[in-house]
Amino acid sequence: MIDNYLILPVAIHLFAAILLLFLWRRTVAHRIVSIATSFIVMLLSIRLFSKVYNGNILIMEAGSWKAPFGIVFVADVFSCTLVLLTSFAALAVSIFSSAGISRSRILYGYFPIFHFLVMGLNGAFLTGDIFNLYVWFEVIIISSFVLMTLGGRKAQVEGAVKYMAMNILASTFFLTGIGILYGITGTLNMADLSIKIAALENRNLVNITALFFIIGFGIKAAVFPLYFWLPSSYHTPPSAVVATFGGLLTKVGIYALFRISTLIFVPDEFTKNLLLFIAVFTILTGSFGALIKRNIRRMFSYLIVCHIGFMIGGLAMFTGVAITGALIYLFHDIMVKTNMFLIAGLIRQLKGTMNMDKLGGLYTDYPKISLLIAIVLFSLAGIPPLSGFWPKLYLFEAGFINRQYILIGAIIIGSFITLYVIAKMWADVFWKNPPENDGRGEELKDSFATLSLSKKTMLVSPIVFLAAISLYLGFCAQNITEVAERITSEMLDTTPYIEAVLGKTY
Amino acid sequence: MKSIILKTATEYLLPILLLFSIFILLRGHYYPGGGFVGGLIASIAFVLHSFTHGVNSTLRLLPVHPSGLVPFGLVLSATSMLLPLMAGKPAMTGLWIEEPIPVIGMIGSALFFDIGVYFLVIGVVLTILFSIFQYSE
Repeated sequence: MIDNYLILPVAIHLFAAILLLFLWRRTVAHRIVSIATSFIVMLLSIRLFSKVYNGNILIMEAGSWKAPFGIVFVADVFSCTLVLLTSFAALAVSIFSSAGISRSRILYGYFPIFHFLVMGLNGAFLTGDIFNLYVWFEVIIISSFVLMTLGGRKAQVEGAVKYMAMNILASTFFLTGIGILYGITGTLNMADLSIKIAALENRNLVNITALFFIIGFGIKAAVFPLYFWLPSSYHTPPSAVVATFGGLLTKVGIYALFRISTLIFVPDEFTKNLLLFIAVFTILTGSFGALIKRNIRRMFSYLIVCHIGFMIGGLAMFTGVAITGALIYLFHDIMVKTNMFLIAGLIRQLKGTMNMDKLGGLYTDYPKISLLIAIVLFSLAGIPPLSGFWPKLYLFEAGFINRQYILIGAIIIGSFITLYVIAKMWADVFWKNPPENDGRGEELKDSFATLSLSKKTMLVSPIVFLAAISLYLGFCAQNITEVAERITSEMLDTTPYIEAVLGKTY
Repeated sequence: MKSIILKTATEYLLPILLLFSIFILLRGHYYPGGGFVGGLIASIAFVLHSFTHGVNSTLRLLPVHPSGLVPFGLVLSATSMLLPLMAGKPAMTGLWIEEPIPVIGMIGSALFFDIGVYFLVIGVVLTILFSIFQYSE
């Protein structure tokens, strides 16, 4: 069904970014416009989700050029769920940034770039054209590179170079894959590709092309063995920036991987085994990395890598139950990971450091905030009935049905190590008495207590907001499961998607 | 650069290049050309001027600082891209006037998109290059 409404989550962010460029140097106006925009887009995304969930797949043919010749934008349940979750995360980050980002960074254009980034994310989720997907990826990379270097400290530039180098490599693989794909099928529209690839006789060529995409998206999603850029770059920029990166950027890679694996390159035995291998090692290396890190943000970076493995594992098994599990994990992960980095930023405000050896005694100083943080931490660890628990149930069930005991073992190890590092962090940061200052280290100061009440609210309320969504994901898992099962059925039977884009008569 | 030949030539090249860039911009709908190439040619004109006269005198030549052209170009392009939504058509659909205007011909929203790109490219290229020039001086 043609409905031009679906372009609004992209267009509003574009206009907000342009408006912010006109308001250059007015930092208060920047904050207000950014929060208002994120709020409006959240309302629009909720409406888009209810339209698609209660109705049909919506499409928009850009420039009125008919598919498969023009670029189409498609909103199926998968896309618009991710647009919705992105809008939640963007609202939280907007509010947190208003208090948590320094004035000098706002003067250098933090907020316009942030909105360009979210525009790129929404565009990547909504596009139905593989080359257009590449273009949105470029929008995301360029914006994230600016956000990462904003401030220009040496450590930041060093992290950004690694990030940029790996992401350009990923784009090159992706673009090469698109080139080959266009060469063998003559089309770039994803629905059209779905039909043409299935009809192609040379399966080896198709598999090799699929590998280009898996490598490209794999680097972006930070899977083994191509994840090392992530922990070495995510600890340098401000926490609000990393919250967007950690919550959403790697997940775009996962989204793209799910989209092409279900729509275009339906995995055969070889690809499934490859994905399984990647998943197991991603979980193991990520969790072992998290074990030894003593800086909160570095530890979280490794946990991102670890949990990406869970989703790849769900995709690798490629059954209805497994994909449902992976999707619920994806929803949970976007909310929790965004929140984790906001929390890391808050802890830095509270105690002046993110090194767990120097932290301590947060519970006695701030009991309410500590309990709030505990909800999020234990959602991440997957303690029932919080949100991290349900997807693992599905993944285990799928694993036992498919007899993938190695993957089950890896998921168990990954979950236990997550639990262990989270419990250790809780003990170190909140319960342990603060270490005696031996006079050598710099004095740690609490910059939170001196802030005005409105700033305090702006720092804490986004964490409350995202924690509430995490709680909803956990306690109302029934509803989330319904959404995930609906997406799974769309993925395993792509006929409605293809019919929506190309019409009934393709 | 102190070359007198280049300096004298630039006096004549600047208006010619600017005119040529507008020609390329307007020809872009059906033939090779368009806002991006036109914008690049126009920025080359200013870059050449800044080579011979210095960045500061080029900045005095421009009515606004080049970075001010960026949001202006963006808003022109984005508006002409999304205007069809108001008319109930998909984004980026070309809206055309009913009757051709004498001499100029048909005008559509694509023209304003290209003009937006033209200003955006001038703004971005000159901002980047002038920042590097001023930094290296």
